Amino acid sequence: MIVYLIRRFGQSLLAIAAMAVLVFLGVYAIGNPVDVLINPEATQAEIAATTERLGLDKPLYEQFGIFVVNMFQGDLGTSFVFGRPAMDVILDRLPATMELAMVALILSVGIGVPLGVWAGLRPDSIAGRTIMGGSILGFSLPNFWQGMLLILVFAVLLGWLPAGGRGTTTEFLGMQVSFLTLDGLSHMILPAINLALFKMSLIIRLTRANTREVVLQDYVKFARAKGISSRRVVMVHILKNIMIPVITIIGLELGSMVAFAIVTETVFAWPGMGKLLIDSINLLDRPVIVAYLMLTVLIIVSINLFVDILYSILDPRVRLSEMKG
Amino acid sequence: MSKLLEITDLSTHFFTRDGVARAIDNVSLSVDRGEILGLVGESGSGKSVTGFSILGLVDPPGRVVSGQILFDGQDLVKGGERLMRSLRGRRIAMIFQDPMMTLNPVLRIDTQMVETVLAHEKVSRSKALERSREALVAVGISAPDERLQSYPHQFSGGMRQRVAIAIALLHKPDLIIADEPTTALDVTIQAQILSEVQQLCANSGTALIWITHDLAVVSGLADRLAVMYAGRIIEEGPTADLISAPMHPYTKGLIESVPKGKQHGALLTQIKGMTPSLLKLPSGCKFNPRCPRADAACQTEPDLDPVIGTDRHVRCIHPHAEAGA
Repeated sequence: MIVYLIRRFGQSLLAIAAMAVLVFLGVYAIGNPVDVLINPEATQAEIAATTERLGLDKPLYEQFGIFVVNMFQGDLGTSFVFGRPAMDVILDRLPATMELAMVALILSVGIGVPLGVWAGLRPDSIAGRTIMGGSILGFSLPNFWQGMLLILVFAVLLGWLPAGGRGTTTEFLGMQVSFLTLDGLSHMILPAINLALFKMSLIIRLTRANTREVVLQDYVKFARAKGISSRRVVMVHILKNIMIPVITIIGLELGSMVAFAIVTETVFAWPGMGKLLIDSINLLDRPVIVAYLMLTVLIIVSINLFVDILYSILDPRVRLSEMKG
Repeated sequence: MSKLLEITDLSTHFFTRDGVARAIDNVSLSVDRGEILGLVGESGSGKSVTGFSILGLVDPPGRVVSGQILFDGQDLVKGGERLMRSLRGRRIAMIFQDPMMTLNPVLRIDTQMVETVLAHEKVSRSKALERSREALVAVGISAPDERLQSYPHQFSGGMRQRVAIAIALLHKPDLIIADEPTTALDVTIQAQILSEVQQLCANSGTALIWITHDLAVVSGLADRLAVMYAGRIIEEGPTADLISAPMHPYTKGLIESVPKGKQHGALLTQIKGMTPSLLKLPSGCKFNPRCPRADAACQTEPDLDPVIGTDRHVRCIHPHAEAGA
């Protein structure tokens, strides 16, 4: 197990390193930030001074070298726009995105798995077909459009819920969070649903497909032949087997949910990392973009690592073969 | 006293898109307490469906359409799910064909055994665990405490089948339905399992329905044999009589197709033709297209008639004489 963990950890580091190169080169290729940042009427000397101050006059490899050295010291550069360390700017916004993603995840798993199991157990029933039909809508309608429709119905027509923003926040573990106040929660419902819908549909389909496969297995029939209740057959024998692939997908999707909540955050003016990224791209705030992408990579890689470990806990066969490997 | 199990005119049909598959049609069978019945037939002859029908575990689109299954005086067809669940595992147990598939891969052996005990008896967990331990010892598994903590993939095929048998024996059932339980095992293991099952049943007075396609295996085990073809029982009687003097041409063909060893290099006798599709059964006697003795009279289907002066039944218009000529 230890060997496996070390090897898996090494792979994660490699992925982060490769991403660092790609991110840096990619961002370097887009435009000259000085043009955006500086007063259009500035003199050549002022432009040169700004370029030098931002370290943009040095050759590419030197800039990359500085970037890597600083990164190891936890410094991903200073935001051109905010004049503060890029990481701080992002970390300020991180709690908002994290809590949104978490609530969306809970919604999509908490609703998606039961619906998927239901549809898988009764594939030909009206409820089963309706669930599947709904899930097709869930992931074929564009995310931003779903968001705008939610706003139109629940905020504009019905007026039940606020259309955007984060509402009242409170301090929780040193972070500003919305989910602990009623106002914050009401602001969170619509964006969380919007972010959850796609994943929920995915989880429904995955769970249903797995359930249909598992119910045909001999061990399910054997379990029923033992006389145990059908409730226990579903909750223990079937659920534990279908959770293995579902956990994998949840892990992957959590990463992308945190990283790419961009659309939802933009539609609902949710002040999270995604919205910050969009703003930073518009202003060519390179350190923030780079820091954002690096953080995203870190999150996705860590989640994958975590899922692999969880996977081995759920499936005894994986545990054994990997301990040998 | 009436028999333990009496099946009368049982029909189970599968309502598929291509039509109705009459998996079993008007099957009548009976098993006495402590008796071993061999249910013999080719793949698709309906022998497994008969087993599942008894337990009420026929999966959709299949359904028991008519007939009666009297188990100890109770009609299982009319009994409903509640009655069935109280009988399954407690009074009627089942052992499946493929031991690799019958145990749930993600649950430990103790979980799978204890739940079987607890499904029918209100005892403490430790007591249930003790019962499971004893059952494992009874089927010849050494180091049962260690084995209880293991997962199915840590067992060999033969060991898994022993565990499945141990689970079947947990409640000392009146009837065990064994669906080709040795087919997937090595010949040596097969012989061990066979003799053990025979002994366990004799010790506890358990009746056994041994479903198989292998006449050689079952002839040394069963008190009586019933031969199935195309969803019907075509011949039934005491094992020794049936093997030494088969009356139905199909039974005779089956027996003759078993290699004898004497005729080294000689061609084995075959039954010509193929098993008919259950969706398109021939008219009249279902065996007539393949039967060497068929004539115009075989266009009407014969009943399963008792043979006068014996304890046998045969469904044939031109049976072989009792002397085996």
